[in-house]
Amino acid sequence: MTPRQKRFVLIGLGLVALAVASMLVLNAFQSNLVFFFTPTQVANAEVPTGRGFRIGGMVENSSLTREGDGLTVHFVVTDMAKRVPVTFKGILPDLFKEGKGVVAQGQLGADGTFIASEVLAKHDENYMPPEAADALAKAKAAGAQSSNTLIVNPR
Amino acid sequence: MIPEIGHYALILALCVAVVQGSLPIYGAAVGNSALMAVAKPAARGQFLLVLLAFCCLGYAFAEKDFSVLYVAATSNSQLPLQYRLAAIWGAHEGSLLLWMFILSIWMVAVSFFSTHLPEAMRARILGVMGLVSVGFLLFMLTVSNPFERLIPAALDGRDLNPLLQDPGMVIHPPMLYMGYVGFSVAFAFAIAALLGGNLDAAWARWSRPWTTVAWCFLTVGVAMGSGWAYYELGWGGWWFWDPVENASFMPWLAGTALMHSLAVTDKRGGFKAWSVLLAIMAFSLSLLGTFLVRSGVLTSVHAFATDPKRGLFILVFLAVVIGGSLVLYAWRAPRVGLGGGFAIISREGMLLANNVLLIAALGSVLLGTLYPLFLDALDLGKISVGPPYFDTVFLPLMTPAIFLMGIGPLAQWKQASLPALAIRLRWAFGVSLVTAVAVPWLMGQWTPLISLGLLLAFWILATILVDLRERLLQAEGGSIGGRVVALPHAYWGMVLAHCGVAVFILGVTMVKGFEVERDVRMNVGETATLGGYSFRFDGTQQVNGPNYVAARGTFHVSRDGHEVTMMYPEKRRYFVQNQTMTEAAISPGLLRDLYVSLGEPIEGGAWSVRLYHKPFIDWIWGGCLVMALGGVLAVSDRRYRLAWRRKEAAVPAATQMARPTVS
Repeated sequence: MTPRQKRFVLIGLGLVALAVASMLVLNAFQSNLVFFFTPTQVANAEVPTGRGFRIGGMVENSSLTREGDGLTVHFVVTDMAKRVPVTFKGILPDLFKEGKGVVAQGQLGADGTFIASEVLAKHDENYMPPEAADALAKAKAAGAQSSNTLIVNPR
Repeated sequence: MIPEIGHYALILALCVAVVQGSLPIYGAAVGNSALMAVAKPAARGQFLLVLLAFCCLGYAFAEKDFSVLYVAATSNSQLPLQYRLAAIWGAHEGSLLLWMFILSIWMVAVSFFSTHLPEAMRARILGVMGLVSVGFLLFMLTVSNPFERLIPAALDGRDLNPLLQDPGMVIHPPMLYMGYVGFSVAFAFAIAALLGGNLDAAWARWSRPWTTVAWCFLTVGVAMGSGWAYYELGWGGWWFWDPVENASFMPWLAGTALMHSLAVTDKRGGFKAWSVLLAIMAFSLSLLGTFLVRSGVLTSVHAFATDPKRGLFILVFLAVVIGGSLVLYAWRAPRVGLGGGFAIISREGMLLANNVLLIAALGSVLLGTLYPLFLDALDLGKISVGPPYFDTVFLPLMTPAIFLMGIGPLAQWKQASLPALAIRLRWAFGVSLVTAVAVPWLMGQWTPLISLGLLLAFWILATILVDLRERLLQAEGGSIGGRVVALPHAYWGMVLAHCGVAVFILGVTMVKGFEVERDVRMNVGETATLGGYSFRFDGTQQVNGPNYVAARGTFHVSRDGHEVTMMYPEKRRYFVQNQTMTEAAISPGLLRDLYVSLGEPIEGGAWSVRLYHKPFIDWIWGGCLVMALGGVLAVSDRRYRLAWRRKEAAVPAATQMARPTVS
């Protein structure tokens, strides 16, 4: 091979490798994106079915219940406009608390319960996860009722 | 008074940095050696001033001076002294001061260990580092001053985040920053060479040890961060592909690529422009990492209050550094020339492929880390990219890279023969393939992924053995011991570092393949079994710490009726921030870790408990440590020291080794 041909082969190989790598990356990227939705969006059925997503908001006060196995918990995530019941089996993170912000990842069950595979609360005492804060702000902006009336008014 | 002295020292340091960043570079451009000579004393003076500022902040912490805003925000009178001092870098302002302090340490190191460099080169290097420190000092003095006063003084501080009250936290950030900031030296060397137009093999040889030392620190720093997440977050994972972790991993990937590319530039004179680009990239990613982690863009334990002014300043700073150096690169690099030519099948070719794969991996991490931030900034919705993405992308990219890692050291420079390589390596491949298939089968759980992981690890080890045997046979020095000594340290360093990669891969494969995790509810006296071990829960009792109260559980661990160990996980509540913290109990071992963490109390003294059996997990960090040790060994090579001693002689020798450049 002449040096010129060699260079072409090298560049060609590089391009092929680059194309394969980009395809691989973008494909994996597409199928692993996790979208975030607010409880209002869940209630309006704007969420994908059969695919995981994240919800965020506040853990409603005194909504946390524990099943007999000590591991399965139920709680309600609210953006002060709409409420989504959540079921999670496992150990909740240290910073999970009623009346505090939370983000959960999982799928929506057939009965409208969000089945969480992961509950994230990696923030400190005074800090709200931005997703959760965003959900609350959006619901507020949409002209929802003020928070107090909703908490004493379960479905 | 003391904090004001610190503040004043920072202002003086800025003045010195401005001088250091301008006069020597100008002097080098016009050939004025009086101006160039300013660089050394300026760097040392700046170090003393920043050291003074650092001590002043440390003093404020030690003396609980809550009239300093930063001290009040990150410490507390109940906080033990060692954590009060570690709180210096517990949040944004102080970690920038640490950054700056470490930059000045590197500058002093350059001023001492650069006597062999031509004067203009040294002046430019210290000048560029001075410019970087101008940026950081300006940033601190304008929008993030650690010495800002709080009037009236707080009665007590808001305390350090309990997650950070840990011995790991005391050393992890300085280690990581030594790595991050260490790349500023490689960056300064590259920019200085671009400015001076003397981008040659000598340049690569000078910049190699600096790059390797920074890389060693970064390796240890990243590994310590991962270890901290493992034992402190209480989830038992060692890598979450969290944006913060990615921020430290990206400079590591770029730095690894840079080390290998510099090897080619040093030995063969090739890849010059590419090495320069990688040096710019590694440092830019370090800056990006600092920005991502410390600006509040990311939500995690590392992020603190967001201040838009700070964000803007850092963005502008990033744009100036990255943009400026890329413009300089575009202007100067085309004159550099290509260096020695090489065939596709050669050591250069394999190192090139390794570089391309590392950079592709880097690109995919960058995409997964920044894309959600961009979408969010443009208000196009909130998304997150989960670990499955990174796992899916990394495996196919790293597999060929590691395969090449085995062949590369055996291939000749310039041109190697594929059939000859195949013959030399057929036994290595056969042995590692058979072992990789047999071991998991014997352990009773065979999956393709486990075998692939083991294959890669054994392949590295087997090829190293083949290579070692060949080199020892060729080496002079009579006895085996003499031959071992005859091989250069740089070679042994490479061997050790590559062994570290193998150890790391073994650890990852065994953990991913064989770990067992269980979340269970346990009553007092109840026993749970996991991985052959029985865990008996003997209840909890209250324990008082200096600034927390804890429920401490007692677990009796036995295997086949024999007692193995007692484990005491804790659930702590820290008073000041009223924050709950899980303190896992870990029983480490060479072949396995046992891991117990308390969940929540359930009625009647029962607890929800998380039990893990993690085979070989310590090999993950052990592997990183071995990699770093390999780096240290490589730096101790005689040829770098020789280059220091023989000032002028090294230069012509190096240029002779490289092929004439096409310029």
